Amino acid sequence: MAPLPAAPELRRRHLRERLRTLGFLSPWLVGFTVFFGYPLLATVYFSFMHYNQIQAPTFVGLRNWTYVLRQMPLFGPALWNTLWLVVVTVTLRVAFGLGIGLLVTKVKTGAGFFRTAFYLPYLAPPVAATVAFVFLLNPGTGPVNEILSAVGVPAPNWWGDPAWAKPSLVLLSLWGVGDLMVIFMAALLDVPKEQYEAAELDGAGRLATFRYVTWPAITPIVMFAVVTGVVQTMQYYTQALVAGKLASGVSIGPGSVVQPGYPDHSTLTVPQLVYSLGFQNFNTGAACALSLVLFALAMTVTSLLMRRRAGLLTAED
Amino acid sequence: MPRSGPHGLPAPLLALLVTAGLLLTGCANPGTGSDRDDPTRPVTLRFWHGWSEKNEVKAVDEAIARFEKRYPHIRVEATGSVTDETVNQALRAGGGKAPDVVSSFTTNNVGQYCSSGMWVDLDPFLRRSGLDKKAIFPGTLLDYTRYRGTQCALPLLADAYGMYYNRDAFEEAGISRPPRTMSEFKAAAVKLTRRTEDGSYRRVGFMPNFRLYENSPDRLFAQWAPRYFDEEGRSRLSREPAARQFFGVQRDLITALGGYGPLERFRTTFGDEMSSQNAFLTGKLAMHLDGSWRSLMLADARPSFRWATAPMPVPDDRPDTYGRGYLTGTVAGIAHSSKHRNAAWELVKFLTTDTDQVVAFANAIHNVPSTKAALASPALDADPAFRTFLSIAQNRHSVSMPPSVNGGMYITALQDFAYAVEAGRVRDLDKGLRALDRQIDADTLQSAN
Repeated sequence: MAPLPAAPELRRRHLRERLRTLGFLSPWLVGFTVFFGYPLLATVYFSFMHYNQIQAPTFVGLRNWTYVLRQMPLFGPALWNTLWLVVVTVTLRVAFGLGIGLLVTKVKTGAGFFRTAFYLPYLAPPVAATVAFVFLLNPGTGPVNEILSAVGVPAPNWWGDPAWAKPSLVLLSLWGVGDLMVIFMAALLDVPKEQYEAAELDGAGRLATFRYVTWPAITPIVMFAVVTGVVQTMQYYTQALVAGKLASGVSIGPGSVVQPGYPDHSTLTVPQLVYSLGFQNFNTGAACALSLVLFALAMTVTSLLMRRRAGLLTAED
Repeated sequence: MPRSGPHGLPAPLLALLVTAGLLLTGCANPGTGSDRDDPTRPVTLRFWHGWSEKNEVKAVDEAIARFEKRYPHIRVEATGSVTDETVNQALRAGGGKAPDVVSSFTTNNVGQYCSSGMWVDLDPFLRRSGLDKKAIFPGTLLDYTRYRGTQCALPLLADAYGMYYNRDAFEEAGISRPPRTMSEFKAAAVKLTRRTEDGSYRRVGFMPNFRLYENSPDRLFAQWAPRYFDEEGRSRLSREPAARQFFGVQRDLITALGGYGPLERFRTTFGDEMSSQNAFLTGKLAMHLDGSWRSLMLADARPSFRWATAPMPVPDDRPDTYGRGYLTGTVAGIAHSSKHRNAAWELVKFLTTDTDQVVAFANAIHNVPSTKAALASPALDADPAFRTFLSIAQNRHSVSMPPSVNGGMYITALQDFAYAVEAGRVRDLDKGLRALDRQIDADTLQSAN
């Protein structure tokens, strides 16, 4: 048996190990500090300051928080729209993505064509896809309403009616569900065939097979889709802004700013409000306070989803 | 034992906190410019402006050529199509490529530019040059280029708003002259409206919805010349009797023309404002609120009908104010980050005060000249369509928007409220106006904090 190293030698060895570990971790640590830690710290700092990005910041206590939470009338609609989109869009996208995934894994002929066809819309740039949808769903000249009118179905004022604007955005996100389809397809193809054969031998029907074989096998993937979907939808910005701007028809001259949320703030989301406050009105303190509200909300929802008892995961997952 | 800082904190933590503090405060102070440059030495200035149409860019280039001929040691690099948003963000971000001379197409943001120090005070430069601003510029234009004593911008041509109307449609409807009061306006708008066999619109006499092109509520509200703020700077729209009249007239007009929904649906069939599919150009509108520059565009586009211009109508109880209109304009100033402020001043001075330059520029892009001497110049374009706007600009009842510390934020709040009113979503107008006042005051306080 080799003699035990002396205490100083042991400490040096531990230090070397720690430094080596830190060295391997350093790319991530630097990235985390620069792109997350510092911005988060700065956001907290500026949320207590009056700062117009020109003059030096001055401490204003809770003024920005009071303004955001109690005096800014757009906070309520923006929060409601964001939560509405999170609940409806994520639920429908996961259900739709799973449904399409199930369909394309069952198709025997032309599977490659269908998989490509369903995936392709996801590759369309968000702005281009939104512009196309605004054109397709234009209440006055859009082909969708012309078809609906031709068959006697009342044609909604898709982008112009506050009641229809958010569902129109949901339609747009469902059209680009190819990303989830691919993930679900991979998960479905990964379910052991033996389990399906066993279920068939036991006389299980389609629903029972899905409930007791497919679903338990794919729940970690569903969980992944839900969590990433929630985080992405909390940051929903581009499509809502582009659709609102185009559908409003308001001319944006060089002296004007885009007013998000058309119609009647129904497409206004919290990230749009953060941008508007921070980079159009240069109300940095309020924008930071609002960002922290969004951050806290995203953390809370994600934590709730990640809790095993409340989520879809079991201890084994 | 880990080494500690003076407050007992571990040294690494203390170092981290100090670094974070320096970073935070360091980012908060963009570099400032200087006015110690010698304007007689060779220099290159960066000039950002918003003009984008072909004729406008040509006119800017010609103006710069005239300036460079007079000041051969100063070279100007112009960048067009720059929005206020870009100017705002660029000047805050700083950097070596920031502009020296900046212009804005709107007067809405002047209060913000002046109060934040983003555009430098021009009064010292005016004094040094021996220029009396009150003798050079009309009062209304001076008002919209300063905020609480800081003259951070000067007028670089003005925009007057008035009515464009389809003369053929007027003749067909048996209307002999443009309406002068709101009652006449409503009657004419109804008379000029034409529908298709299925009941939808072929043409509306006037599109009252606020989202149409230049129809923003502040421009239409100008016909009532409202006072937006009281002496203490508090919003007073709920105390302004004209606000109720204005919204009442607009709702009345919407009802008379068929209702908000059908009008809004018709509006979605209109093409882009600056394209050949502009609804006035395609004959979908018989009367239309627009700026003086549109006359050149219409002349170029050669529509299939005859058209003319007139002031917008005024409230029935104020017929003596007919001839008034909404005034705004392009403004020019010097960026706080410019290291060549004296040279930049030479360019601003030339563009805004030189009579020949102002007249030539105004004629080229059909904007209203912004100096008294240029307004009186015999060299001004004699086109009657343009003359209407010159007359509106000189009318003593014409108004512009008051500057505010947060720029056009109160105008945005008014627009939001007006959109809700026109859609019939505001049941109690007085209560809504009071809430609007509270919101504007909260926004102002938040920005001025």
